Amino acid sequence: MLSYISGIITFSLIYVIAAVGLAIFTGFTGLFSLGHAAFFAIGAYTAGILTYFYDVNFWLALASGGAMSGLVGILIGYPTLKAKLRSDYFAIATLGFGEAVRVLLENLEITQGARGLPGIPAETTLPVAAGVTVIVLWVARNFVHSRYGRAAVAVREDFVAAEMMGINLFQVRLLSLVFSAICGGVAGGLFAHYVSFIQPSMFTSYLSTQLTASVVAGGMGSITGPAVATVIFIAIPEVLRVASMWRLVAYGLLLVAIMVFRPQGLLGFRELSWAGVKRWLTLGKAAGQGRG
Amino acid sequence: MDILRLEAVTKRFGGIVACKDISFGIPEGRIMGLIGPNGAGKTTIFNLITGVYSLTAGRIYFRGADITRLRPDELVALGIARTFQNIRLFRNLTVLDNVRIAVDRNLPYSFGAALARLPSVLSKERAVYRQATEYLAALGLSGRAGDRADSLPYGLQRKLEIARALALKPKLLLLDEPAAGMNPEESAELARLIRRIHGEFGLTTLLIEHHMDVVMELCEQIYVLNFGVKLAEGDAETVQGNPDVLRAYLGEGYKRAGN
Ligand SMILES: Nc1ncnc2c1ncn2[C@@H]1O[C@H](COP(=O)(O)OP(=O)(O)OP(=O)(O)O)[C@@H](O)[C@H]1O
Ligand SMILES: [Mg+2]
Repeated sequence: MLSYISGIITFSLIYVIAAVGLAIFTGFTGLFSLGHAAFFAIGAYTAGILTYFYDVNFWLALASGGAMSGLVGILIGYPTLKAKLRSDYFAIATLGFGEAVRVLLENLEITQGARGLPGIPAETTLPVAAGVTVIVLWVARNFVHSRYGRAAVAVREDFVAAEMMGINLFQVRLLSLVFSAICGGVAGGLFAHYVSFIQPSMFTSYLSTQLTASVVAGGMGSITGPAVATVIFIAIPEVLRVASMWRLVAYGLLLVAIMVFRPQGLLGFRELSWAGVKRWLTLGKAAGQGRG
Repeated sequence: MDILRLEAVTKRFGGIVACKDISFGIPEGRIMGLIGPNGAGKTTIFNLITGVYSLTAGRIYFRGADITRLRPDELVALGIARTFQNIRLFRNLTVLDNVRIAVDRNLPYSFGAALARLPSVLSKERAVYRQATEYLAALGLSGRAGDRADSLPYGLQRKLEIARALALKPKLLLLDEPAAGMNPEESAELARLIRRIHGEFGLTTLLIEHHMDVVMELCEQIYVLNFGVKLAEGDAETVQGNPDVLRAYLGEGYKRAGN
C-alpha cells in the first residue's frame, strides 16, 4: 500500500516537472507549444539509452537528457521564433515537430523502434523525484522573479510595447523555450527510470495536449497553478486507471467547466503560498462558524 | 548637429501613402513639434523612427548612423524611446512593474545567474527597485506603485508611459499626443512637466500634439504635415502665420463643426 501511494506521488511529480517547464514557456510568453511530448520523449530516450546501453551514472544520464532536449529546443526554436511566426502558426509548427520526433523514434536503430527499450534501471524513487521537483520549482520561481521573467510577461502582455522597452523578443522567447525543453527532458529521464520501459507510443500528441491543458487550466502566468492542475489532470486519472473512455470524458468535462467558470485558470497570474492557504482556511472556518 | 535626420522618408500601406518624401532634422537638445490634422501621418512617422514599421523608401539617421533597418529594441539601446497615442501599458501588471521592465535594461545580469538567483542578482534587483521608484517619483506616481496599471485614470496612464520611456535613459524622446483627453488646466500642467523632464534628463524631444497651446508653449521648431506631405516648417510664429496651415486646420475645424 505504502509503495502504491509513493508510486502515485512519484508519478505525479514527474509530470509536475514537465508542466512547470511548459508553464514557463506558454504561461509566461503566451505562445502555445503542442509538441511538448517530444521534449519529454527526447529526455526519456537520451537518459534511458545512456543507462541501458552504456551504464552511465543515472544523474549524469538525467542531466544529459535535459541537455539534449534543450539543444533540440534551440534547433526547433531558432527558425520558428526568428521567423516571428504568428502564434497559431507557431502552435502548428510545434505540433508537427512533436509528431516528427515520435516517427523518428519509431525508426531509429538505437531506440529499437516501436519495440522500445525494456529493462531500463528503476532509479527514480520518490526522494529522487521530490528532490528534482524542488530544484525545478525553485529555479522556475527564480526565473519568474528575474528580469527574464518580467520580460517574458511583457512580451505576453503587449509585444510591441515590450520591444519598445528594449526587449529582444526572439531572445526572450528562445530562452523560455529552452528552459522549458530542459525541464521536459529531465521529466522524461525520470519517467524512463520510473517505468523502466519506454516506447514511442507513450509520447503522442495526447501527452502534449494534456500538458498544455494543465497549464491553461492551472492558470497562465502561474507556476503552482499548473503544478496543481497537473496532479488533477494527468497523474490522478493515470494512476486510478478508470476505464479509459470515461477518463477522457471526465477530463474534457472538467476542462470545459474550468474554462467556463474560471477562464483565467485555477491560479491565473497568482501563486499558491502558505499565507494564501491560511487565509483561505480561516475564511472557510469563519464561514463555518457563521453557519453554526 | 542634428541628433535625428529623416531623408525622403516614404511609407505606403497598399494604396495609401501615409507619408511621402518627408525630410527634417532635430538639433540635439531641442523640443520639436510634429503637427497636422487627423490622419496626416504623424504616428506613422513615429512608427518608422522606432522600427515598428519598415520604410517604403528613404533613410533615417540617428547621431550620424544609419538606423533605417534596425529593430525597435536595437533603437532603444541606441537611445530612442517613445510613448504611444493609444496607450500601450502592460495593463495587468502593477505600475511599479511597468517601470521595472524598462529599468531592467540598465542593470543586466545573465540568464544563468537569474536561475540560480546569485547574490549579484539580488543586489541588482534591489537597484532596479530603487531606480524604478525614482522614476515613479519624478512623474508623481509614487502613491500608485502597487496598483494595476489599467486602474489608473487616463492622465496618469499617460504619465506612466512617460515614466517608462524615461527609465530607458533615452537621448531622444518621442511623445505621441501626451495631452490627449486633458482639459486646458491639465495640459498646461503636462506642458510644464515635459519641459522639466526635458531639461532634467538632458533630452531631445519630438512631440505630436493637437493641443496648440501646448505645442506653442514648448516647441522652438514645428513641422506641419497634411495628407502625408510637408505643409510647413519653422518656428511657432512662422507656422502660425502660414496660410496653408490655417487652411488645413480651418478645414478640419469646419469638418468637426459639421459633425
Ligand atoms: N498599419 C496601417 N495599415 C494601413 N494604414 C495605416 C496604418 N497605419 C496608418 N495607416 C494610415 O496612414 C494614414 C496616417 O495615419 P497616422 O496614424 O500616421 O495619422 P496621424 O497623423 O497620427 O493621425 P491622428 O492625429 O488621428 O493620430 C491614415 O490614413 C491611416 O489610416
Ligand atoms: Mg496619431
